[in-house]
Amino acid sequence: MSESDKKISGRAWVYGDNVDTDVIIPARYLSTSDPGLLAPHCMEDIDSSFASSAQPGDVMVAGANFGCGSSREHAPISIKASGVSCVVASSFARIFYRNAINIGLPILECADMSSPGAVAAGDVLEVDIAEGVIKNITNGRVFTASPAPEFLRELFDSGGLVPYVRRRLEMAR
Amino acid sequence: MPVPGDNANSAPTARLAPAGSRDRMTMAEAIIASHTLDPVIPGAVCQVRVDFAFANDITAPPAIEEFKKMGAARVFDPERCAIIPDHFTPNKDIASAQQAKRAREFARVQGIKYWEVGRVGVEHAFIPETGNALPGEIIIGADSHTCTYGALGALGTGMGQTDLAAIWALGETWLRVPETLRVMLRGTPSRWIGGKDLIIHLIGMIGVEGARYMSLEFHGDAIAFLSQDDRFTMSNMAIEAGAKCGIFVPDDTTISYADARHARDFTPVYPDEGATYARTVEIDVSSVEPTVALPHLPGNSKKARDCASIEIDQVFIGSCTNGRVRDIEIAANMLAGRSVHDRVRLMVIPASYEVYNEALDRGWIRIFTEAGASVCTPSCGPCMGGHLGILAAGERAVSTSNRNFVGRMGHKSSEIILASPAVAAASAILGRVADPREILGDDCPPLEEGVPNE
Repeated sequence: MSESDKKISGRAWVYGDNVDTDVIIPARYLSTSDPGLLAPHCMEDIDSSFASSAQPGDVMVAGANFGCGSSREHAPISIKASGVSCVVASSFARIFYRNAINIGLPILECADMSSPGAVAAGDVLEVDIAEGVIKNITNGRVFTASPAPEFLRELFDSGGLVPYVRRRLEMAR
Repeated sequence: MPVPGDNANSAPTARLAPAGSRDRMTMAEAIIASHTLDPVIPGAVCQVRVDFAFANDITAPPAIEEFKKMGAARVFDPERCAIIPDHFTPNKDIASAQQAKRAREFARVQGIKYWEVGRVGVEHAFIPETGNALPGEIIIGADSHTCTYGALGALGTGMGQTDLAAIWALGETWLRVPETLRVMLRGTPSRWIGGKDLIIHLIGMIGVEGARYMSLEFHGDAIAFLSQDDRFTMSNMAIEAGAKCGIFVPDDTTISYADARHARDFTPVYPDEGATYARTVEIDVSSVEPTVALPHLPGNSKKARDCASIEIDQVFIGSCTNGRVRDIEIAANMLAGRSVHDRVRLMVIPASYEVYNEALDRGWIRIFTEAGASVCTPSCGPCMGGHLGILAAGERAVSTSNRNFVGRMGHKSSEIILASPAVAAASAILGRVADPREILGDDCPPLEEGVPNE
């Protein structure tokens, strides 16, 4: 089963537009890239309860331009290490998008999820990554994400960039 | 004045482009076309050759880890790879010293370009100075402000450390060909208007995701009035509008800068007349006033004079946005014979030793210290909350850097107001957000090297 075949279920953590990488993981913690050391500080400047309360499987839901700002891969690493299984946003900043794919954090682009009443903090969501379908179990609504470009799906399904490069280097030898 | 893109009937530039590409290309399309075998069409993914790839002291150690996981032994070309120790240097604590040590050792083993503290500068000021970012090139850095090199007619863009490691291993990466948003800058800027005012003004117009995934391409007669340093400032902040890159078309200013410094041969690339732009935004620069961005987004633009009631605790003049010669010169001119307000701390950090030495030779360092400023060695300093001027709870700073996100420069309740060096220096003197015209009028003499609009 490839990464994107997984079905996910968890509670929603809901944020607004333009969630930047400085609030996802503040630079004062960038003296390390150890996921276990980054996770306790994830989102702390805008949500002090997140890091201590997030459970494995939880889903982060946000508005436009999620992950804007710096190129720090520590941002998706800290989200993934917090237990978050998937980020759903109406749009992603481009560097965060690449970084999330590279470290194997599933992300879905879905504009409808940020419409009023679509999801509230703590709602239980079920996400089918492969189909791009997000079910809000709490309110019964169903949303469909925009499909990721084929090239990126393949990259993600093959395990990400590291195995891809390893294969290329082995072929060249 | 005719500008590229105005005349749809003329022939495209003669160039070799992969089959299936657009006939008439924007800057970003043309640069990608010169680096790929794939058809260049907006939205398509192209595998591109990379001319220069670097990381800093924060992003290098995890990139090195990924490089090893990839099973890579050597970088693709040591002359085209670099590590720039600029963020937490001179090292602020043991953890940052350990990171810098790992980066240094990797650089030595691989033989890649590396400059030590005392010689290095803030990456996006230093790399162009050393001729390692050149017109027509594709430059990838594990730092989001790699878009700065658009000021030299290059496609510079930031990526994470895994992407960077892959480039060190392979010498190539994938790029989605961006749509291009053309920015027409028309008219003559007034005395105190620089690149910072224009880029904050633009982000205020189009929003912090107004150019998401796109290439900004700057055109228009006003560009002739912008120094190379002003252009670096503008390209630097393209990312703050969500853009992949922010590119100027090379002109005499660009080429003379690159000719004097180039570390490699280079071939400038130009856009075709009749290229397709997804959107065009016009700015009459003569109507732009000194502009600031209020907390907590670079797009919260306001005229500085409308913010004169906002008191401040600190001013930072420096960074990859505004720590170059032109920026330090403007600040020194404003502060000459004046004092920093009693309530305010002013940090001045020249972005490189080239800038620092120029400031020494021209007497600017003395002006700052006599005015009551702290002057530090080249470093990113407090810009992203590293060191040399972190803000306490509730404190407010005017900063010439590029981001004013929550907690960026210190405590989560601190605030950052982004501004030009002229606004920052005037604010340091008055202890509040100030329009430079409150200190020096529109009619004050031009700077020594000449303000082009005088």
